[in-house]
Amino acid sequence: MIITIASGKGGTGKTTISSNLSFYLSEKGRDIVLADLDVEEPNSSLFVKGEKILSKVAYTMKPVWEEENCKLCGKCAEVCNFNAILALPKGILTFPELCHSCYACSELCPTDSLPMKPHRIGEITEYKREFPFIEGRLDLGQEMAVPLISQTIEYVLEKYPDSIKIWDAPPGTSCPVIEASKGSDFVILITESTPFGLNDLKLAVETMKVLNKKFGVIINRYGIGDNRVELYCKEEQIPIITKIENSREVATLYSKGELIYPKVDSFKKSLDEIVNFLENLK
Amino acid sequence: MKEIVVISGKGGTGKTSISASFAYLESAEAVICDCDVDAANLHLLLDADFSHQEDFFSGEIAVIDKDKCTNCGDCYSVCRFDAITQTEDFCEVNPINCEGCWYCSRVCTHEAITMKTQKAGDLFISKIKNNGVMVHAKLGFGAENSGKLVAKVRQIGKSIATKENKKYIITDGSPGIGCPVISSLSGANLVVLVTEATISGLHDLERVYKLVKTFKIDAVAIINKYDLNSDMSRKIEEFLVSENVEVVAKLPYDETFSKAMAEGKTILEYSRESIISKEIEKAWNLIKQKGE
Repeated sequence: MIITIASGKGGTGKTTISSNLSFYLSEKGRDIVLADLDVEEPNSSLFVKGEKILSKVAYTMKPVWEEENCKLCGKCAEVCNFNAILALPKGILTFPELCHSCYACSELCPTDSLPMKPHRIGEITEYKREFPFIEGRLDLGQEMAVPLISQTIEYVLEKYPDSIKIWDAPPGTSCPVIEASKGSDFVILITESTPFGLNDLKLAVETMKVLNKKFGVIINRYGIGDNRVELYCKEEQIPIITKIENSREVATLYSKGELIYPKVDSFKKSLDEIVNFLENLK
Repeated sequence: MKEIVVISGKGGTGKTSISASFAYLESAEAVICDCDVDAANLHLLLDADFSHQEDFFSGEIAVIDKDKCTNCGDCYSVCRFDAITQTEDFCEVNPINCEGCWYCSRVCTHEAITMKTQKAGDLFISKIKNNGVMVHAKLGFGAENSGKLVAKVRQIGKSIATKENKKYIITDGSPGIGCPVISSLSGANLVVLVTEATISGLHDLERVYKLVKTFKIDAVAIINKYDLNSDMSRKIEEFLVSENVEVVAKLPYDETFSKAMAEGKTILEYSRESIISKEIEKAWNLIKQKGE
């Protein structure tokens, strides 16, 4: 089973909930694995604090110009739809940051002068704790998060096919969160009961509907703002999995990178509600 | 004209509430841009009227004509994005996976594949509170190219600011370090880094600041929830001092932000006399002086 923990708005508690839920489930004897797919700003490792056991460089394939046989016909630039290739009278320039790795230039080149070669985009690291934790981390200056997200997912699926998988997803509603949600069995959307939380929740819900995903909502920092999120969920018949009470104690524990549920009973109760909900799915 | 971009790396640090306050203070002299196109919220605090709308087109998607398709599978074999599936009779495109690279349409020998331009979102120019003007956008569901939409929002913002002779462009930037934020930063004059006194706040600040440095843009910082964890707050300040980034405001952990938000107000309208409001006003005055 794969569970994606996502949210439209950032800072609603994805990482807090996914890391605490992982520890809690493993404490209960479940075989789980956690992956941080927020590759632009991965933070789960600050809370999981595992021992690094394996690290591998992640690549995407990009064309590299080889001069010898090139006839400068310009076909490569013509077939590239992303302006990633410039054919000049005396040579070919490639722009890896614009390239989407579609292979068209490379494979349609009549002289095979643009072989695809690995181009570093980030790192995938596995940490050991009570459960395995895998992090994807995008290199600074790299623009495309999606290939790293999909490679991190592949890594986990191959190595831990039978475990319960928890994906800590990136925020938003565009390509990165879609990549982190499209293969999962259930998506938990975290929101807060504020107008920003509601607005971004609506966007996330629309995205999940387009993806045809089953999903439910957790209202975090319950008590601040107003009750419009609850009314919206009722109207749309979206299950509210749990409401986590607003608490300065939780915020303080979070600020230090500490686990919440061993110290805050109301938070632990919410985790129980999440576990119950997930176990009764299907 | 000076373009000031508010970013945070981490979400939920108060970036939009702070941007809205700056917008409220300076609405007569500024054009406001919301570049968080993925989850835009700034309009909620500024009473945006959505008076001007235009479609934003970007990217293409392959469409297969079933009548012309002979099911040869050439398109399937070249697609690197798992966007084509072969059924018994013809090939089909999964639009969510299609990257719009054209490769399939170029290798199809039966002219069965055409590329259709996609509407990727909506652009808006709105009148806002205090007679201000704001450019914002809404990315389509599952659409790509948020970086391009960000660039478009900034481009429109800039042309309005030039035409109306405004002194500032105040931009609510995107989260993260990827393509939308890179698109928010290029060519800006000053970055306002909003962080919070938490372990993730520090981590994300360090990461996003490295990115800002590569653009060689001056930066100042605002530490939100500074009293939540004084140890972390000190670490953040030490980091900022070591990088020569001035802290222009320190805001206490306070639910007034959420209360103001629930009423659709900026914190300045909600409680002008609060410490947070005073710190934000002070910060804005310092920011205006930068580079003058």
